[in-house]
Amino acid sequence: MPVIKDAVCSLCGSLCDDITVTVEDNKITKIENACILGHSKFVGMFEHDRIENPMIRKDGELVPVPYEEAIEAAAKILVNSRRTLSYGWCSTSCEAIAKAIQLAEETGSLIDSTANVCHGPSALAAQEKGSPGASLGVIKNRADLIVFWGCNPVHAHPRHMSRYSSFSKGFFSTKGRKGRKMVVIDVRKTDTAKLADKYVEIEQGSDLLLITALRSAVNGHEDVIPETVAGISKEEILELAENLKNAQFSCIFFGMGVTQSRSKYKNGDGVSSLISDLNQHTKSVMIGMRGHYNVTGFGQVATWETGFPMAIDFARGFPYYNPGETGANDVLVREEADAAIISAADPGAHFPQKAVRHLAKIPVIQIDPYANPTTEIADVVIPAAVVGIEAEGTAYRMDAIPLRMKKLIDTEFKTDEQIAKDLIAKVRELKEGA
Amino acid sequence: MRMSEILIKNANVCDPAQGINCETMDLCIRDGKIVESVSESAKVIDAAGRLTMAGGFDGHTHSAGKINVGRFMNPNDARRTLVPGLSGPEAMTEKTRAQVGYNTPNTYAIGYRYAKLGYTTICEAAIPMLAARHTHEEFKEIPILDKMGLSLFGSNWQVMEYIRDKEPEKLAAYVAWGLKASRGYGVKIVNAGGGEAWGWGKNVSGLYDPVPNFDVTPAEILMGLAEANEKLQLPHSVHVHCNNLGKPGNYETTIETMKMFEKVKPVVDRQALHVTHVQFNAYAGTSWRDFETGAPMVADYLNGANHLTFDLGQVIFGPAVTMTADGPVEYANSRMLHEKWSNQDIELEDASGVVPLSYSPKSFINAVQWAIGIELALLVEDPWKIMFTTDSPNGGSFVNYPEAFTYLMSAKKREQVISGFGKMALDRMVLPGLDRELSFYELAIMTRSMQSKMYSRPEKGNLKVGSDADVAIYDIITSDIDPSVEHEKVKQAFSGAAYTLKDGKVVVKDGKIEATPMGRTYWVNAKVPADIDSAMNKDTDIKFKKYYTVSKSNYMVEDSYLPNPVEISTEGEF
Ligand code: SF4
Repeated sequence: MPVIKDAVCSLCGSLCDDITVTVEDNKITKIENACILGHSKFVGMFEHDRIENPMIRKDGELVPVPYEEAIEAAAKILVNSRRTLSYGWCSTSCEAIAKAIQLAEETGSLIDSTANVCHGPSALAAQEKGSPGASLGVIKNRADLIVFWGCNPVHAHPRHMSRYSSFSKGFFSTKGRKGRKMVVIDVRKTDTAKLADKYVEIEQGSDLLLITALRSAVNGHEDVIPETVAGISKEEILELAENLKNAQFSCIFFGMGVTQSRSKYKNGDGVSSLISDLNQHTKSVMIGMRGHYNVTGFGQVATWETGFPMAIDFARGFPYYNPGETGANDVLVREEADAAIISAADPGAHFPQKAVRHLAKIPVIQIDPYANPTTEIADVVIPAAVVGIEAEGTAYRMDAIPLRMKKLIDTEFKTDEQIAKDLIAKVRELKEGA
Repeated sequence: MRMSEILIKNANVCDPAQGINCETMDLCIRDGKIVESVSESAKVIDAAGRLTMAGGFDGHTHSAGKINVGRFMNPNDARRTLVPGLSGPEAMTEKTRAQVGYNTPNTYAIGYRYAKLGYTTICEAAIPMLAARHTHEEFKEIPILDKMGLSLFGSNWQVMEYIRDKEPEKLAAYVAWGLKASRGYGVKIVNAGGGEAWGWGKNVSGLYDPVPNFDVTPAEILMGLAEANEKLQLPHSVHVHCNNLGKPGNYETTIETMKMFEKVKPVVDRQALHVTHVQFNAYAGTSWRDFETGAPMVADYLNGANHLTFDLGQVIFGPAVTMTADGPVEYANSRMLHEKWSNQDIELEDASGVVPLSYSPKSFINAVQWAIGIELALLVEDPWKIMFTTDSPNGGSFVNYPEAFTYLMSAKKREQVISGFGKMALDRMVLPGLDRELSFYELAIMTRSMQSKMYSRPEKGNLKVGSDADVAIYDIITSDIDPSVEHEKVKQAFSGAAYTLKDGKVVVKDGKIEATPMGRTYWVNAKVPADIDSAMNKDTDIKFKKYYTVSKSNYMVEDSYLPNPVEISTEGEF
């Protein structure tokens, strides 16, 4: 009975790498250390509906076909398209992402990741002001003040607080939770907020106002701060600024509540500026709470392959980048994309209606282990192995630390990487034939 | 397998390793190696009397890892076309992937462009061990070039504890383990102890300023690691980024550091110390107001010392991206220059930062910085001590190497640049008084030959029989050209090799990419006695259990990240 230690959980951006998995008859029978979400991913393998066969839509129905036929049909769509959108690629390995980018390059497609609807604005903020961060262990070992802003790790990253942040004990933080202050800034009192020493209830969409007020206080301009900002009293703001200044080491973990609320990337830009200001007094860093386990990896791979982290348009043969113009939703809402290849993501469930309506009109290729609402509008469906369980590969944790995901059980399904390679080969073959 | 043979006829060979100074001869290649002779059926390349050197070897460049942070925060760099043919966007072709960038090109562009310059080997100068997989992931996507990387040890807790507790054997075992874990080639020390101090937003001020909470000094860290380096008989010496980088008056710390290493006895036939990007560490004055060159003092010391090598960190005017494991320096840069700032502290190990900036000839500080690099190259008499670099992209992108070569080879070219400087700048440098002009022979030493010795890679950087057939042929007839006058021609020829051969395969022809074979990755496996190794492992087990956020087993870079590995084994002397 093989017991695999130190397996990496491929669910959330915490990428916990201490999971013990027992495998019997090529089935995972026991999972130790994972949280509820991680656990459900490992067992989900056997409980959820897998896409069992490659399928092609014929007369409105998806009918099973061999892999080769699905690859050929998909490659034909790609070759016949003038503007393909390639989207997703965040719940898969970096190796697969690299091949997806090559496929986009060879087909002159536009490729974008799920950051389009989550931390994309954080990337824009880094382009504006940089990104002063640290690896998670630095927080564990040093931080005496932790701020969770617009995120709810209790539910989204269940082991984050025990492994890396609030509750973790480290070299200089031997008292763990007792030795550190925890602040939550959010629009509602989340379960994370309930655990905090201080909960700051901010008015919806007013993050930038609070950030600006905090910066004013940190920089000694408290006279410009009005009596209330973002629904918070000046007194409370000054106190929070003092806490930040007096901490020996603080970290602001920021989530989609910050990146996707009003002011978007300006919020991240503001947090970055605040961190820079704070370092005049003490040590402070920021870390984005990334959701999908390898959305950080997409940003990394895309950046070294193409120079840009997302929204990359190969229409000109070389990478062109202009988020707002070249993002996944941009080309769908403008009804510009005439085909789409979607992997390890579900725009059918997460994109605005107008974008989904357009998706439904164009040929869609889906690569995924599981059926989801996108399957309903897909014309070619190619099932994939689950990375981190049935296939190995690299993933980047939310702090950009890369880890090697293990293969735990065998499968007949092809990996995303292999599917992308097959598509590249088939596209080349068709192009040469043409 | 059929033998592949090439005869390079009429090559005007400049190979300092053999003392060959622009002599016309034939070069024979078989199966990727230089050989005595080849058969009649060998493919012939007619070099037509053109300048022929071993493939260039950039021994200190930032080409994988934190360069990605530079790309990430500077998408504008992707569109820069400052050096035509070697920067900016280029669509994919049948032979090449798409390219972008200038200071921070994408991985493919890095491979192609170095090859166009006739370079075939690079050393990434900073691998944060916890993130080493990332370096190797990028290495995998850099075509053509052979690669190696230096692992960061200068602010590492385990290192500092072993030095504090006087456990040199375990320290050596840890260094060996770290190199293996990160698949590194050598020991890099950046601002010894400063990275740890930066963990609390502080810095160390010099060689004897204790590191907070660890009760060791930078001097002890440097000496401790140097001793471990020799104990392990590593192919490269310690590679040191001195304390106080970027600060006026730092030349004193630099010379002090160099002097300290006089007592280190190398057990391998190479230097005891390599000091990197000395331009940034050869500053005199007490503040930016009275800032001036410290190159004469540093060069004076270097001329009398024989235990070390160094590289320049030459500045190129225009945009650059600074990236260094010197975390506190980057924060200071960003505040001083009002520039954006990225930072990445790595648990238990080190810190780093990235800040873009622009060097302007109008700024007297930048002008003096520009001069210091050249001054060092001209004032230090023995080119075998000097590696030419821009610390790419810190001083400027490597694509400017040809431009920078002309600074070294032509006083006239320097005058052209200097004529744009203000009086204030001129008063603070000694360059206008220097008329030395380097020869092709000296340039070859600084760009390939000394690297071979410095990294103990006898098969690299020279054209001896048995060496790798990495060859660059430049469109220069040395007898017909006066580089001190015809510097533009020199620049042009070095910007796009007539031929670059990698392992005997033509990868560049007439400045264009012909083929993109995958290069090797060198890493060092230093053997340590089992008992010492296991005692050290007990200590690191505790570190992983209590303080790291990854399991020890997941720390080690797996074989699959090195598609073409070359393991260099050494026997430690314990
Ligand atoms: S916190 Fe995230 S990575 Fe860790 S076990 Fe839970 S789901 Fe998996």
